[in-house]
Amino acid sequence: MSRRSRLIYSPDYATYYFHDEHPFNQRRLLLTYDLMQALGLLRKEDVTPPRYATDDEIALVHDRQYLETVRKQGHSKQLLPQSASYGLGTEDVPCFPNMHEASSLIVGGSLQAVDLVMNGEAEHAFNPAGGLHHAFNGRASGFCVYNDCSIAIAYLRKKWNARVLYIDTDAHHGDGVQWAFYDDPNVLTVSIHETGKFLFPGTGEITERGTGQGYGYSVNVPLDAFTEDESFLEVYRDLLPKLIRGFKPDVILTQNGCDAHAYDPLTHLSCSMQIYQQIPRLAHQLAHEWCQGRWIAVGGGGYDIWRVVPRAWTLLWSEMTDQPLSDRPLPAEWLQRWQDKSEEQLPARLFDNLADLPVIPRRKEISEKNRVTLERALMYAPQSEK
Amino acid sequence: MRIEEIMRRRVVTVAAETTIGDALQLLRGNRIRHLPVLAGDKLVGIVSDRDLRDALPSSLLAHDDDSEVLKKSVSAIMKREVITAHPLDFIQDAAKTIYDYKVGSLPVLEGGRLVGIVTESDILNCLVELFGVNRPSSVLEVKVEDRAGTLAEVSGVFREAGVNVCSMVITPTAEPGHKILLFRVQTIDTRPLVAKLREHGFHVVAPTEGGVQS
Repeated sequence: MSRRSRLIYSPDYATYYFHDEHPFNQRRLLLTYDLMQALGLLRKEDVTPPRYATDDEIALVHDRQYLETVRKQGHSKQLLPQSASYGLGTEDVPCFPNMHEASSLIVGGSLQAVDLVMNGEAEHAFNPAGGLHHAFNGRASGFCVYNDCSIAIAYLRKKWNARVLYIDTDAHHGDGVQWAFYDDPNVLTVSIHETGKFLFPGTGEITERGTGQGYGYSVNVPLDAFTEDESFLEVYRDLLPKLIRGFKPDVILTQNGCDAHAYDPLTHLSCSMQIYQQIPRLAHQLAHEWCQGRWIAVGGGGYDIWRVVPRAWTLLWSEMTDQPLSDRPLPAEWLQRWQDKSEEQLPARLFDNLADLPVIPRRKEISEKNRVTLERALMYAPQSEK
Repeated sequence: MRIEEIMRRRVVTVAAETTIGDALQLLRGNRIRHLPVLAGDKLVGIVSDRDLRDALPSSLLAHDDDSEVLKKSVSAIMKREVITAHPLDFIQDAAKTIYDYKVGSLPVLEGGRLVGIVTESDILNCLVELFGVNRPSSVLEVKVEDRAGTLAEVSGVFREAGVNVCSMVITPTAEPGHKILLFRVQTIDTRPLVAKLREHGFHVVAPTEGGVQS
């Protein structure tokens, strides 16, 4: 039993806070941490607090001017004139006090996870506050100020010269990370997401395969709306083993957004809690097969902060620490503590009763279409059957 | 948008005396499909990859004199009536010309002098960009009555919600008296916008591809 896993966590993560009505709410991490504890999955020595990322580390990916603007804006009461051109002060990324500090703590958490895994102190590490995959080098986007995924990858490249496999199963395309390494053949970015025909950010087409030396090293599988568990997992399980055999990474970084769930208010993939046990399970297994266990996981999207996020990321942690969980009632103390604060009826059990989720017609056609998409997505990717 | 914004200014050309063999090399070497033929700086014809292939012997039945073809000049096979465009033509006109005459490219002439070329792939590329995603954004389809003022009413709601529109297209719908406004809006969370639009009585078309209305 390998329990050499670390959770990078601090209640200070909740300082990344836009406002009360904003859908991205890091208070979901308090609920998650509490659920892990209530289920007896955390020992004191499993938890490492995040550090702050330095300016130089953030500048591995972001423009210095952008960084300075974020810092100044976070210390200013008024909206600075230059902020709008950096995507700050929008509906999606409103400004908030100490924006730079809160964001660099999240980045530092992901770097902390990288350090622990690459120095051999831990086999795996999970930073649930990370996964801010939409931020661009000089622009905030889609709730993300600094792109901790991109910075972690750039850091892995620079400090360890590692070949990185990035797996993004957030319901939204991992655009910021893809564009940051679009021409780099040492970083394979893989994103499985809901098609951008309607959903933000609109990119993530099969044909976005990378450029120059990096051609083939961006893989996108845009799934149809209403894909559901079975087809999602079929695509995921077919895709990853082939890619990892072809690419042979040194380390795996997974972005574990859990907004593909049927309860998520922003997306339409209609999956259940089941996938959030299966997704990390395969990543974990592949990390041991190919990367001597080196696996770093970060969070991501997840906008039903009561019913989805705590269960999904608890399942990830249970997989990472080899404490597999079968379906069971959620701990009474956890439910008691949070039910009053939630507008939603909290789920009674760890997994969903599929009868509670909406029934989707055209399942066969959607699964068929996803299969065709997968085949095309793989056409120019590094892959190997054996 | 006008042709001068998308035309290729570096045009590979040949003379009427250029041999078919040389012309073929030029096509392959530059990975292109059309060669305008010039006499001095006057456009006198055009040869396409198909014209050249038609002139070549069969790859299945070899004859001793096959290579003779390669030595003949392109003037023997070039099209002399060339359909051309002007730099100030609109892109939609060029698209229609290419479509109507079933040609693959239009040499662009200004004052009788060849200044560029546009091909069907340039035009397609233009369309791809028009419909494409140039900024992270979500798509909203709004079905409205086909009358004056609806667009202003809908965009008024966008202004109210403080959401930037990156691009929009108006398309007809099967339902008479209506049209679809398709917006790319710069936000990840369209819910407040959709709620506001519905409040104003607009019909927002949801991603119904899966068969359920959300």
